[in-house]
Amino acid sequence: MATTASTSSPVRIKRRSSAHYRLRRRVRKGALGVLILLVLAYTLFPYYWAIVSSTKQGAELYTTAFLPALNFSYYRQLFDNPVFMGSLLNSVFVATGTTVVSLALGIVSAYALGRLDFPQKRVVLMAILMISIFPQVAVLSGMFELINALGLYNRPSALIVTYLLSTVPFTTWILTTFIREFPRELEEAALIDGCSHFRILTRILLPLMGPSLASTGILAFILAWNEFLFALTFMLTDENKTVPVAIGLIGRTTRYEYPFGQIMAASVTVTLPLIIVVLIFQRRIVAGLTAGAVKG
Amino acid sequence: MSAKLARREHRTAWLFLTPLVVVMLMVAVWPLGRTFFFSFTDAYLDDPAVYGMVGISNFIEVINDPAWWSAVRNTLTFAVISVAIETLLGLGIALLLNEAIPGRGLLRAAILVPWAIPVVVATKIWEWMLNDQFGVFNRILISLGLIDHGIAWTASSSLIMGVVIFIDVWMTTPFMVLLILAGLQTIPGEMMEAAEVDGIPAWKRFWSITLPLLKPAIGVAVLFRSLDAIRMFDLAYVLAASNQNVMTVSIYARDRLISFQELGVGSAASTWVFLLVALVAIILIGALRLDRSAGE
Repeated sequence: MATTASTSSPVRIKRRSSAHYRLRRRVRKGALGVLILLVLAYTLFPYYWAIVSSTKQGAELYTTAFLPALNFSYYRQLFDNPVFMGSLLNSVFVATGTTVVSLALGIVSAYALGRLDFPQKRVVLMAILMISIFPQVAVLSGMFELINALGLYNRPSALIVTYLLSTVPFTTWILTTFIREFPRELEEAALIDGCSHFRILTRILLPLMGPSLASTGILAFILAWNEFLFALTFMLTDENKTVPVAIGLIGRTTRYEYPFGQIMAASVTVTLPLIIVVLIFQRRIVAGLTAGAVKG
Repeated sequence: MSAKLARREHRTAWLFLTPLVVVMLMVAVWPLGRTFFFSFTDAYLDDPAVYGMVGISNFIEVINDPAWWSAVRNTLTFAVISVAIETLLGLGIALLLNEAIPGRGLLRAAILVPWAIPVVVATKIWEWMLNDQFGVFNRILISLGLIDHGIAWTASSSLIMGVVIFIDVWMTTPFMVLLILAGLQTIPGEMMEAAEVDGIPAWKRFWSITLPLLKPAIGVAVLFRSLDAIRMFDLAYVLAASNQNVMTVSIYARDRLISFQELGVGSAASTWVFLLVALVAIILIGALRLDRSAGE
């Protein structure tokens, strides 16, 4: 890179007054400000508009008032609706279960892949990567059979089993990169003292891995919370559906006016916890996402 | 390390990996194998135990179906255009976020909001905003005098693919931004300063320094996003169910499998989807030369 200076033709530097530079800086600052506002509007306006729409009743919904009307009757209807509340509980159960199981599986495998030496390590890592790009639809018929064989058809716990296909490769991969970042000296003394690998993992590494587990867990939770295809296919009756399917199918059955107000209220409700978590753990999530991808 | 100790470590490693291997055999390898198997049978979903072997006739039936080829076209159009726009937009926003600007943290948090919103919810929100009569999008266009009556964005067969791409860009550009931003932050600041002092114009600094150094980060992001886009199901399904104009290969395969109960033909279609994803993965990995850095 040092060569760029010598090979480029001699650059003529024109003398300019400092007022010129001040103006240029100000224009640049203004342009950046406008761009920032545009990006903010692009990313935030749709969710804001969902909040606004969810608090408007009847004919109000069809006006373009940009401030919320703060009428919460759609929310009251929603919370009085046992089917919707049931699907909310199903989603919490499925997403929590998936997160716990895939973190447990991920951390144990990540220890082997990040810390121990064995000849087939590369093969295992490649296999994990390959499984993580499986299209879900490609396993649909086999998964159908598996769920039936386990006697879990139309039960929310079936979804935990199927979601492991997408979450486990990914938690394993991210936790492996996190474990490799810890200095090996941490365990060497313990290893020399004859401490078993299992104890090293549970007593030395695990207490240090809280932040890594948090960022990986949040990503797994969001993945499970948002999943649609398996939830649509394996849950037959309304009381066993998860929230995305419940929302996705609102209005499918009615041929009358589309209940947009209710859909917006439901949308705001299921997204709010995610957005709060994401804003609080912003840094951890970015760390998890980039650990998984940049080093992959 | 002595050979005996090394062997003990190999054994421990595989012991730690046993849960992962068992789970992956159960939810990935076995279901995929069964899908392959069923694609050579004439089984129906209501009673999978009754079947005869029919050779490759299911595969031929799928590739003789014009609906399949239209789904392939839709999927590839969607993947190429949406990933291209996401990459350019993601690069632009990442460069903006990389500037030392006030409110950078806020902006980075705001960027994460569309990413955290479930696909189904984002689709519903945009469907509402793009509604032909009451949608805020048409209202704004009308008040700006750009159109004189609302456009039926989601009902028109020629516009709906554009809408699907638009919503996908909104949801997944944040992912691109984060990965590219992580890449940008690895570029040493001194290098850019040196170039600036030497009087290299900004566009040339971007073209000859930033872009080549960003190539690995962009490559990984493009790979992930492309594979995701090719197996896309939820967005198009929630917006348009089985509308031919945006039917993806995943929707086609699930329709045959679940809606028409054709376990044999549906599995063959799923297998084609799997092969399509594998082919694209091989082409992209080859083009980006990612294989060399994998697993390190």
